[in-house]
Amino acid sequence: MRRREAVAGYLFVLPVLLGFLVWVLFPLVGTVVVSFTDWPLDQPPKWVHLQNYRSLVATGPLFDSVRATLYFAAASTASRVIVAFFVAMLLNQEVKGRALFRTIYYLPSIVPIVASSMIFLWCFQPDFGLFNAVLRSLGLPPLRWIFGPDTVIPSFVIMDVWAAGPTIVIFLAGLQGVPRELLDAVEVDGGKWRHRMIAVTLPHMSPYILFNSVVGLITALQTFTQGYVMTRGGPNNRSLFMVILIWREAFSYGEFGTAAAVAVMLFGIIALLTVLVFVTSSRFVFYYGAQR
Amino acid sequence: MRPSRKTAARVLLYAVLVLGAAVTALPLFWLLRSSFMRLGEIFVFPPKLWSDDMQWSNYHEAWTAIMFFRYFLNTTFITVVAVLGTAITSSLCGFGFARFRFPLKRFWFSLILSSLMLPYAVYLIPTFLVWAKLGALDTYLPLIVPIWFGGGAFNVFLMRQFFMTIPRDLDDAAIMDGAGYLTIFVRIMVPVVKPALITVALFAFVGTWNDFLNPIIYLHSEEKFTLAVGLNMFRGIYSTKWHLLMAASAVVTVVPIVVFLIGQKYFIEGVTLTGMKT
Repeated sequence: MRRREAVAGYLFVLPVLLGFLVWVLFPLVGTVVVSFTDWPLDQPPKWVHLQNYRSLVATGPLFDSVRATLYFAAASTASRVIVAFFVAMLLNQEVKGRALFRTIYYLPSIVPIVASSMIFLWCFQPDFGLFNAVLRSLGLPPLRWIFGPDTVIPSFVIMDVWAAGPTIVIFLAGLQGVPRELLDAVEVDGGKWRHRMIAVTLPHMSPYILFNSVVGLITALQTFTQGYVMTRGGPNNRSLFMVILIWREAFSYGEFGTAAAVAVMLFGIIALLTVLVFVTSSRFVFYYGAQR
Repeated sequence: MRPSRKTAARVLLYAVLVLGAAVTALPLFWLLRSSFMRLGEIFVFPPKLWSDDMQWSNYHEAWTAIMFFRYFLNTTFITVVAVLGTAITSSLCGFGFARFRFPLKRFWFSLILSSLMLPYAVYLIPTFLVWAKLGALDTYLPLIVPIWFGGGAFNVFLMRQFFMTIPRDLDDAAIMDGAGYLTIFVRIMVPVVKPALITVALFAFVGTWNDFLNPIIYLHSEEKFTLAVGLNMFRGIYSTKWHLLMAASAVVTVVPIVVFLIGQKYFIEGVTLTGMKT
């Protein structure tokens, strides 16, 4: 019976285990191996040691790429978490039509990213775009948005925050679990809004803030489509996200070894940041009812 | 003094929420508005809110300019196969992890969950090279096969959580009656976890329909493109005809939006569960 159960269990999970080995574990090791080779599609690969890494470091685009990626990831994650938290706090009040508001706020995240790239490409147009029309009508100077080296990343951040619906929904779920009696207790003791916030809401919400920050970071570090469609990494490589660099090396130049080397670096950055967040998080994340 | 302050707070609350909703909806409104205009109307300053003479023909023109219908069928095919694969694989696996005792179970489960943290960009290159060696470039295999052998780590997790909530008495009774595990799965479990299956299927639907990176890497012949890739190609040809580009974008957007509006409850529950993992 035990044996039969074990065999049956393995059979049920087998497809996913195989998939994990073939499409996760093997490519993970594979990326590292390929990064040490010169691997053109039509010829046998050559072992080149650290050559790919050296040439990446020696030429410019890598640093532009790392800078653009980190800048965007930090700015978009912070903005997304702050804005989503604020909106969720508002929606958590007794508001009529909460479901309708939630639907509207969620909608942008369902729009295919290629389509939202087209929409924002149009809205960001310096001459006839919606955003500059709004600025002009307010008497403000127009901006160059994704076409200006200093405004391109902030523009992408705006687009990212626009699609923050899922983050709002997760915060809203968390807020509904904040213990009412603790909030009331603070109020009875004469506490103000900010006391409730600091003493009850924020500690209770800290695991959700951690989760949304980690997910936001990992997602933002892998941004590709917006940059590929809207700017092709420009102007002046200011939005050359690392996945665009990977794509360009592999599929424009046929340099699979170099592309793999960039992927290894991206993985290193993500691993480092994730570990950093989790290590520091034990200081400020509070698990209600948990023994620590 | 107090009640009026409270009223003021309520008014402010609604004002901020309505303003936020308006700002959120504005780009989508602009998409629709622009898609119905004549090219001349679109460049007028100050901008018009709506066309005087709605150009439904923009949609016809955009739709027939490239093989959009073909892309629509391609995308539908890939999406349906991916949705089935996700639902079947993730529920089988979730059931396996929830109900059976077998060696190394915890190890495998945490290993699979850990892949949630791994960026897909890291797998991209070797996976592509293997598909190239297998001669599967420019086919749908690279887009479909991995889904049937994975179902997404998060979906596996979600299905497992659902199966865990079902009382064991149900399957024990069936085992007494001599039912096999697969019968129990199909006859008893699937009907009970239907809401979770729908959630998983809907996320797979939107994820596959909207995917851009995989199709653009693996599909090279124009007649095999998906809508997302087709839209990007359309933009390359009609880059200055914003009214047509907006009409084409609206067409590509409408299916996932409709799916979302119909299955909204499942989307919200699914996302809520994502956060519960913490």
